Amino acid sequence: MLQLSDIITWIHEFLSANIPAEWAVKLIEYVLVGLGFLTLYALIALFLIIFERKICAYFQCRLGPNRVGPWGIFQVIADMVKILLKEIIPLKHNDKLLYYAAPFIVIMGSLLTFGGLQFAKGVHGVDFNIGVFYLLAVSSISIIGVMLAGWSSNNKYSLIGAMRSGAQVISFELSACLSMMAMVILCGSMNLSDMMESQGRLWFIFQAPIPAFIGMVIYLIAAHAETNRGPFDLPEAESELTAGYHVEYSGITFGFFYVGEYCNLFINAAIGALVFLGGWQPLHFPGCEGFNAVMDYIPSCVWFFGKTLLLIFLSLWVRWSFPRLRIDQLLHLEWKIMLPFSLFNILLMAVLVANGWVF
Amino acid sequence: MIKYFTNIFSGIVNLLKGMKVTGKVLISPAVTQPYPEKRDELKPKDRFRAELTMPHNASNEHKCTACGICAMNCPNQTIQVTKNKITDENGKPKIILDQYLYDIGSCIFCGLCTRVCPQGAIEFTTNFEHAVYTRSKLVKQLNQPGSKKMEVAKPAAAQQKVDAEPKQNNENNQ
Ligand code: SF4
Ligand code: SF4
Repeated sequence: MLQLSDIITWIHEFLSANIPAEWAVKLIEYVLVGLGFLTLYALIALFLIIFERKICAYFQCRLGPNRVGPWGIFQVIADMVKILLKEIIPLKHNDKLLYYAAPFIVIMGSLLTFGGLQFAKGVHGVDFNIGVFYLLAVSSISIIGVMLAGWSSNNKYSLIGAMRSGAQVISFELSACLSMMAMVILCGSMNLSDMMESQGRLWFIFQAPIPAFIGMVIYLIAAHAETNRGPFDLPEAESELTAGYHVEYSGITFGFFYVGEYCNLFINAAIGALVFLGGWQPLHFPGCEGFNAVMDYIPSCVWFFGKTLLLIFLSLWVRWSFPRLRIDQLLHLEWKIMLPFSLFNILLMAVLVANGWVF
Repeated sequence: MIKYFTNIFSGIVNLLKGMKVTGKVLISPAVTQPYPEKRDELKPKDRFRAELTMPHNASNEHKCTACGICAMNCPNQTIQVTKNKITDENGKPKIILDQYLYDIGSCIFCGLCTRVCPQGAIEFTTNFEHAVYTRSKLVKQLNQPGSKKMEVAKPAAAQQKVDAEPKQNNENNQ
């Protein structure tokens, strides 16, 4: 079975054999990895945009884009070309430096997170002993970009949108992290590779079904809220704030926010898949050797992207089902319901692990 | 305290119910009818107002009495009713319809005209392909050349008219 890691090893061996200087090999590899991540980033954003448009159309009994290419799949390419050609309208009386820096900070936040993900067996950018911590930390960098965008636009709508976004992300970050902590207790390590390894036997969601399930639901809600989508889209609230924090942006600077939003959707689903659903590990049950062997035939990247897509679909389902919350309802949900539950969940998980009551 | 948990529980149940509804919609077929591809099989809804017409029967007769109520009720002056005074065979003066002009370019398809017409002489059809190269072509004469007023069986139809008219007017006033 050809795995992605084999191809990477092959490229490494090919380069080392042909280029004598070790530093040159390293340099080329760094550039290749960077290019690979950037390409993947753009491709995922493009795919998610058309995926969301199609799914949302089906949720509304429509057909969605269907003109450009078969089933409209090239619509996003056309949109991308259009947005690249659009004018970036300069503003007067705003903070120029922050205004132009904000979209890059948003993109940077999600790109940094990309490096920490594990896409398939042995395919990942960086592998820390604090992998989960790193993912959670850098994925919240983009909120700085959002706040800067709102502040530097010198527009009251974008400022209100950014403030709402800040309140929302900072509160939901807590639940997301706490529900992750429960899984870290179960695994005993923050290293993503270790987590993958211990899920090879059985996914975490099956190892301790009750706390892992509660944790997963809380994580998915919190992650969904952090992406400013669905019922939690107060920062954008078209009907009240026109478009929230990016109302003054045009052309590719707006495109950065747009791409960043979709990539954050992917990243949140991917973290959920890695930590709760076993990431790239195939579905294994101890004792069913034949079944496990069959599952091993499916390549690991298919498992990873399949699970991620499933979680993304769930997120879209929620987004296109529920009406927008009010800001007080939103904070009530976080501080009075999800936070106590995730704290209790950590306790439950600790008790279960301490007594060895896990599968 | 118990209320806190029951609230959360009923909230989750209700959210799942909502997702069930949207899930059903997701797998039901789309209602969109692709236009140029499926042009021959299009099935517009009956309530769709696309073009005002005046139905004529086989002997080229319509029901319009040229009363002008439709033109009066039109918010956009889309309809122009021109009447003609003639003397019928009994020597009585009689008003007949000369020309019924309808400018689709200024119609907002509100449907007031069909609603107020006491004779039910005009109705909307679902033919929506109105693209033309000059605006003057948008003005259409609805009564066919040489058409006549339909002779209705007097008592029944007249009675109906009297009944129908005030009711409809009341509705409009409200
Ligand atoms: S269409 Fe009806 S309302 Fe209009 S003039 Fe004829 S009879 Fe009167
Ligand atoms: S639909 Fe409305 S606008 Fe059009 S002709 Fe009738 S009354 Fe006038």
